[in-house]
Amino acid sequence: MSDRGSDPKRDTDVKGGSLWQLITVRFKEYTREPEALFWSFGFPILLAIGLGIAFRSKPPDVVHVAVTNTGPRAAAIAAAIRADRGLAVELLPADSAAAALRTGRVALVATPAGGDSVTYQFDDTRPDALTARLMVNDAVQRGGGRRDLVPVGERHIRERGSRYIDFVVPGLLGMTIMGGGVWGLGYSIVDQRRKNLLKRLVATPMSRAEYLLSYVISRLVMLTIEVVVLLGSSVLLFGVPMRGSWLSVAAIIVVSALAFGGFGLLIASRSRTIEGVSGLMNLSMLPMWVLSGVFFSSENFPKAIQPIIKALPLTATNDALRANMLRGVEIGGLGPQMAVLFAWMIGCFLIALKIFRWR
Amino acid sequence: MPTSQSPSSALVVRGLRKYFGDVRAVDGLDLAVGSGECFGLLGPNGAGKTTTIEICEGLTRADSGEVELLGLRWEHDEHELRERLGIQLQETQLSDKLTVNETVRLFRSFYASGRAVDEVIGLVQLDEKRDARVGKLSGGQKQRLALACAIVGNPDLIFLDEPTTGLDPQSRRQLWELITDFKSHGRTIMLTTHYMDEAEVLCDRVAIVDHGRVIALGTPPELIASLGAEHVVEFSLAPGNAPLDEQTLGGLEEVRTARRVADGYELQVGALHRAVPSLLSLVASRGLELARLTTHSATLEDVFVSLTGRQLRDE
Repeated sequence: MSDRGSDPKRDTDVKGGSLWQLITVRFKEYTREPEALFWSFGFPILLAIGLGIAFRSKPPDVVHVAVTNTGPRAAAIAAAIRADRGLAVELLPADSAAAALRTGRVALVATPAGGDSVTYQFDDTRPDALTARLMVNDAVQRGGGRRDLVPVGERHIRERGSRYIDFVVPGLLGMTIMGGGVWGLGYSIVDQRRKNLLKRLVATPMSRAEYLLSYVISRLVMLTIEVVVLLGSSVLLFGVPMRGSWLSVAAIIVVSALAFGGFGLLIASRSRTIEGVSGLMNLSMLPMWVLSGVFFSSENFPKAIQPIIKALPLTATNDALRANMLRGVEIGGLGPQMAVLFAWMIGCFLIALKIFRWR
Repeated sequence: MPTSQSPSSALVVRGLRKYFGDVRAVDGLDLAVGSGECFGLLGPNGAGKTTTIEICEGLTRADSGEVELLGLRWEHDEHELRERLGIQLQETQLSDKLTVNETVRLFRSFYASGRAVDEVIGLVQLDEKRDARVGKLSGGQKQRLALACAIVGNPDLIFLDEPTTGLDPQSRRQLWELITDFKSHGRTIMLTTHYMDEAEVLCDRVAIVDHGRVIALGTPPELIASLGAEHVVEFSLAPGNAPLDEQTLGGLEEVRTARRVADGYELQVGALHRAVPSLLSLVASRGLELARLTTHSATLEDVFVSLTGRQLRDE
C-alpha cells in the first residue's frame, strides 16, 4: 500500500461540503453570464411591461361608420348618428365609403334611399358590424323622432380578474417556470458533457445525487427571484389579482418547477451537443406554448384532444395558477392538476436517472 | 484465474480488450506498474493509449480482461478507488467562469481527505493566478490547473493522459518539473504520451503501444539498448544519383541495420566514428554526392521505428 501520510495535511479549508460548493459554483457560473441574467430577469419584466402597455385601461372602443354623401338628407343622418358618443361617423362619397367598408376601416355604411328610408351596408358575420347596425339604427330612429317607452339607467363596472392581462400573467408565469427548468438544466448539463467536464467530475468521488441536487436547488432559488419579479410587477403595475393564498401559489410553483426540472433533466440526459439538446427542447416545449393556454385559452381546441392537453404539465401549471390567482381556489381544490404535475415529476426523474449519460 | 500480484504493484492489467465495432482499440494488453513508479504508455495517436488509461480510470468498461488498482477493483471498490486516484483527462474544459481558486476548491470538496487548496495552487505555480478566471488562462496554465485538480485529493495513483500535448516547449518543461517533483514524493504515476522525449525524461519504465498491444516494455535505456545501436545516421543523396541498396549499406563497418526511408536512408550504428568514415568512402568510391548527413543518439522514437517501420508521429 502506498504512503498516504507523505503529505499529511488533511485540511478543512473547504467549508460546507461538496453540495454547498456545487451550489455556489452554479450561482457563480450563472451570475457571471450577463445574457443569462437578462433572459431570467429582464425578459419577463419587459414582457410584462409590453403587455401592460398593450392592454392598459382605455376608454371603451368607438365604432366607426360612414354615411354616403348623396342627397340633401345625408348631413342630417350623420348628425343624428354623431349624437351617440359610442359612434364615430364621417361623410364620404359613394366610392370612398365602399372602399372604407371593404378594408374594414368602417363597420357600416348608411346610405339615404328613396323617400325617408336609409340602407345599411355591412358584413353580417362581423360582430362589430352587428353592433354598429344596432347603434346606428337606434341613433337614426331617434333622429327621426322615436321616443323610448321605458326609462333606463346604466351603471358601469370593470371587474379586476376578467381582463386579458389577468389571464395572461399566470400563463407567462407558467412559461417562465417551464423555460427556466428546461433551459436552466438542459443547456448547462449538456454543455458540461460536451466539454468532458461531466466525465472529469465523475472521475472524482463526487456524489452524483449531489451534482443533480445542486441544479435543482439553484434552479428553485433562481425561480423564486424570477417569480417575485414577475408577480410583483404584475400586481403593482397592473393590479393583477392574487385571490388565493400565497402558500398555495408557492406550492403550485415549487411542484411545477420540480416537474419541469425533471423534464429538463430528461431532455439533457443523453445529448452530447448543444444543437442536439436545443432541438429536443424546442420540440418538446413548442406544443405546450401553443396548446397549454399561455396566451389564449386551451378550451379553444377541439374536445377530442382536451384529455391530451390536460395531461401536459404546462396546462396543469397554467390551470392551477389561474384557478388560484383569479378564482381563489386553494391547493386542496387542484387535485387533478397537482396529480398531473407529480406524475411528470416522478416519471421524468426516474427515466432521466436511468438513462443519464455521465460521460 | 486472477492471481494476486506482488503487493508492490499499484496497477495490474491483464488481457485487456476493447473493441469499438471493427476497431480493436485495445487488443490483449498486459501491464504491471510498481508502487512509486512513473510508468509511460508511449505510442502514436490511435494506438489505444487513451482507451487503456480510461479503462484503468474506471471511465470505460473493457470487453474483457482484468484491472486491479492498489489491490482494489472497480466492480467492488469504486468509491474507495475514486478517493485514492488522481485523474487528468486528455481534453477537459474546466468552467471558464470560475476562478482558479474556486475550481480547485470545488474539486477538493469531493474528497474526504486531501491537500490544502492554497498549497496545491502553489505547487502548480498558479499563486499569481488564483483569482483569475479559468477562461483567461494560457494553455499551459490550464494544464497545470488540471494537474492541481488531479492531486488535490492527495492521490496514491495519478493518471495523466497526454499532459503536455499542444503546449509550447517552456510550458512542457514546467509541467515536466512538476511531474518529476510528484515522483520524488513517492507517488505512482501512469501517463500516456506520443512524445518520446517526454517518456525518456519522465518515465522509469515505458510500454510502447501499437494497435492496442504492448510491443516493447522496459526502461528507456533498456529499450534503446535493445536496438543494439547507439546512434542513428540519416542521409540522402543529391538528386539524380544512383540509389544505394540496403544490403551494401548494412555491410558497412559498425552498421547494424540499414533501411531506405521516404527522403533518404537511415542507418542504426554502433560506433559513430567508424561508421561515418566508411559511409563517406563508399559514397566517394561510387562517385555519388551527399545532399544531407545527420546523426543523433538513438532514442525511443528509433525503437518505435525499428519495431513498426513507422514514425511515432505519423497520424
